[in-house]
Amino acid sequence: MHEASLAGGVLQLVEDTARREGFARLLELRLEAGQLAGVDVRALRFALESIAPGTLMAGARIEIEEPPGQAWCLSCSQTVAIAQRGDACPACGGYQLQPTGGMELRIIDMKVSDG
Amino acid sequence: MCVVCGCSDNSPTHARHVQQASGEPGVITVNPANGDLHFGAGVARVSVPGMSQERAIKLETDILGANNRVAQQNRAHFELHGVTALNVVSSPGSGKTTLLCATIEALKARQPGLHVAVIEGDQQTSFDADRIRATGAPAIQVNTGKGCHLDAPMVAEAFAKLHTHEHADGHSHDHVHDRHGHHHGHGHGHEHDHHHHGDAHSLLFIENVGNLVCPAMWDLGEAAKVAILSVTEGEDKPLKYPDMFAASQLMILNKTDLLPHVKFDVARCIALARRVNPAIEVIQLSATTGEGMDAWLHWLDHAMSTHHHHHDETVSEEAALRERVKQLEAELARAKAVLSAKTPI
Repeated sequence: MHEASLAGGVLQLVEDTARREGFARLLELRLEAGQLAGVDVRALRFALESIAPGTLMAGARIEIEEPPGQAWCLSCSQTVAIAQRGDACPACGGYQLQPTGGMELRIIDMKVSDG
Repeated sequence: MCVVCGCSDNSPTHARHVQQASGEPGVITVNPANGDLHFGAGVARVSVPGMSQERAIKLETDILGANNRVAQQNRAHFELHGVTALNVVSSPGSGKTTLLCATIEALKARQPGLHVAVIEGDQQTSFDADRIRATGAPAIQVNTGKGCHLDAPMVAEAFAKLHTHEHADGHSHDHVHDRHGHHHGHGHGHEHDHHHHGDAHSLLFIENVGNLVCPAMWDLGEAAKVAILSVTEGEDKPLKYPDMFAASQLMILNKTDLLPHVKFDVARCIALARRVNPAIEVIQLSATTGEGMDAWLHWLDHAMSTHHHHHDETVSEEAALRERVKQLEAELARAKAVLSAKTPI
């Protein structure tokens, strides 16, 4: 459900950028939603597609990258991959994990056209 | 065509517009002789060679950035007013409002000078705020409509209202809070008296919309998130909704008076919560019988005495931890390199 609010935030950022940079059309938008960012990528894509018509985002290609979840395991003293919070360390099976990657939720860049 | 006024793109007027609209002089370079614009001059921009019509704009901007900026303003605002703000989160029906009413009553008896206020978030109705007001504590209801969470601008507005309503006794307060937070409009060091009630500390409970998913992502400017889980819910909720328990500093297991009647494994629940957040604190209590209230009131005392430093500590702790991770990883990489050099292939 909060993906709708996030899509609104994305549109706001696109419009702010359009005002600042003075472009006419958004061709491509590249986002990053990490595996541990608490976002359902399919819901976010759906929300973005729902609000796009009639805005600068209409017709734009949307790419959403999903950086993998990473955590520092205190027992193994190494960075391990986790798909979600609460997963066990794949190496030792423990839960002393501090997420270190995959929490990103950002607009990376956009391709725009002036004409 | 220019989005500012519709002037043509190659006019000198347009060059000024772009410069003005960017608000960051120097990022886009404008040639004063012919009005040419040079993108890609700043660190945040790249140009795509060979494309005249299309260009790439590198943003690397946090989608929640606008909310987080307002949240930081709220945090600064709370600090200045000596307010310890707690973001109380849970699923609907966990007993948040009952716990808050019981807490306010207990604090009235124990610390009569302490000022407590509540911001109530719900989709509709002011039932909860009415229940809080019945205790005598000031409360502001925020109805989110279809929204599933409170955001920082809502809290900024509610806090300003709370403020004006409490001081409807002749002081003038003109708090202008821009909904989008671009201009806080509430300059500090301003006219009104910041020493409320002659007391350095006060408590602000922000009761979020009952929802264990969405409120986890929105920073409101609180000192800490407090997650409430009642024993009539599943003990596996911390694992089902990990983001919320990962974001909370304290988990309250509420309605413990019902434990004899329900199948709820307290030890397992705590173990699951610590899986997603090894540092989470846990208090078991019953707002109805008062069991565990002492521990909760003690926790509140502690939060009020330390929260002014707490946020910075969290930030620097996190930074220190990241730094340590980096060092250890580098060490590990070196050790591996040494090892592989020694291992005959």
